[in-house]
Amino acid sequence: MLFLDIVSGILLIAGVFFGLSGAMGLFRFPDFYTRVHAASVTDSVAAILILGGLLLQTSFDLNTAKLLFILAFLLITSPTASHALAKSARHGGLLTLAESKHSKAGQAE
Amino acid sequence: MTLLIDLVLLAMLALTALRIIFLKDLFAVVMLFGIYSFLSALIFVNLDAVDVAFTEAAVGAGISTVLMLGTLALTGRNERECERSSLLPLLVVCVTGAVLIYGTLDMPPFGHADNPVHEHVAPRYIQDSPQEVGLPNMVTSVLASYRGFDTLGETVVVFSALIGVLALLGVRREDNSLTPESGLKSHLVLHVVAKLIIPMIILFALYVQFHGDFGPGGGFQAGVIAAAAFILYALVFGLPSAFSVVSPKFLQVMASLGVLLYASVGLYSMAKGGQFLDYNKLAANPIDGQHYGIIIIELGVGITVFAVMLSIFYAFSSQVARLNIR
Repeated sequence: MLFLDIVSGILLIAGVFFGLSGAMGLFRFPDFYTRVHAASVTDSVAAILILGGLLLQTSFDLNTAKLLFILAFLLITSPTASHALAKSARHGGLLTLAESKHSKAGQAE
Repeated sequence: MTLLIDLVLLAMLALTALRIIFLKDLFAVVMLFGIYSFLSALIFVNLDAVDVAFTEAAVGAGISTVLMLGTLALTGRNERECERSSLLPLLVVCVTGAVLIYGTLDMPPFGHADNPVHEHVAPRYIQDSPQEVGLPNMVTSVLASYRGFDTLGETVVVFSALIGVLALLGVRREDNSLTPESGLKSHLVLHVVAKLIIPMIILFALYVQFHGDFGPGGGFQAGVIAAAAFILYALVFGLPSAFSVVSPKFLQVMASLGVLLYASVGLYSMAKGGQFLDYNKLAANPIDGQHYGIIIIELGVGITVFAVMLSIFYAFSSQVARLNIR
């Protein structure tokens, strides 16, 4: 059991690390697309790691199955949400940082 | 530990509320309302009130956010500047707040064992409901059986909300050819994922509906979750195709059928010689009667809530579609 506890602890800590770095990125990154990238890290990697850590803490019963269902659901939905967000921003005409720099340079000339 | 979590959550709740007051961008306000609901759901979980937390997460954070976004699409995104002086409203708010705080001074201390709520009703439910109703989830026993009349009232309130919305807005069926091309039409990923998860959401709604006797859940949550599945369908595939799956007329019939189903259980028990909503008379064995009654009235609640939520969404978004055509 000790081995499982250690592994689950490592997974949980890694999940918290990715969650925090996602939050930092959301505040510190310069434009919309990089922020979506940071936020999607929280949605996907951090959630998977934390759920994985919690999975190892269960006694492999109904709770394990429920956590697995949540995991599967998150694996499907959160990348889709990030994708839809970025795509609709693109659809609305928002430029990436590099592109907007490029177009500004073009205007200056 | 619980106290620490409570403090952190309450602090976040207060911060969210303050931010909501000062923001002018209503889109952000709606999102913050969703966060507010999730935070209160977490507080309810921390208080071991999982049924309430479930409802708060499904209704407060889920459906209300969608409906408020639908309203925003009709009314516009920014708060209008108020020209009049805000001194009098401020005074009214301060006085009301002071009175409310003064009112809480007389309340019994939080979580104290001698509080009136822990002395009369709650022990009675906890001791006698296993024999009288026999459901593992006591919340459902209280909600559907002991307080069945209140729940009937709540269902009627939900139903009359629908009547109000339909009287004011109405669901408009537009000609399909006039509907503007949605940006989502070309969205292959969303189409595939929506088709994948909509059946899962409906399955989960049915689980919540019929498992409410044994775990957290019940008609209110199940109805909202099922409505969310169809709202997702309408958002991704467009309103006309959602209309052809579930037509607004059908929903209006369903909404009234749910309330009727609930009330007719009460009338049936009266015909059997009991009082209104006396489930004991529904079967030869009183406990069986309770189970039948609770399952049927929860189904009535679920049908009504599902139909009402989806109809309100239809009403809002068909207005938005009309606005876009203009």
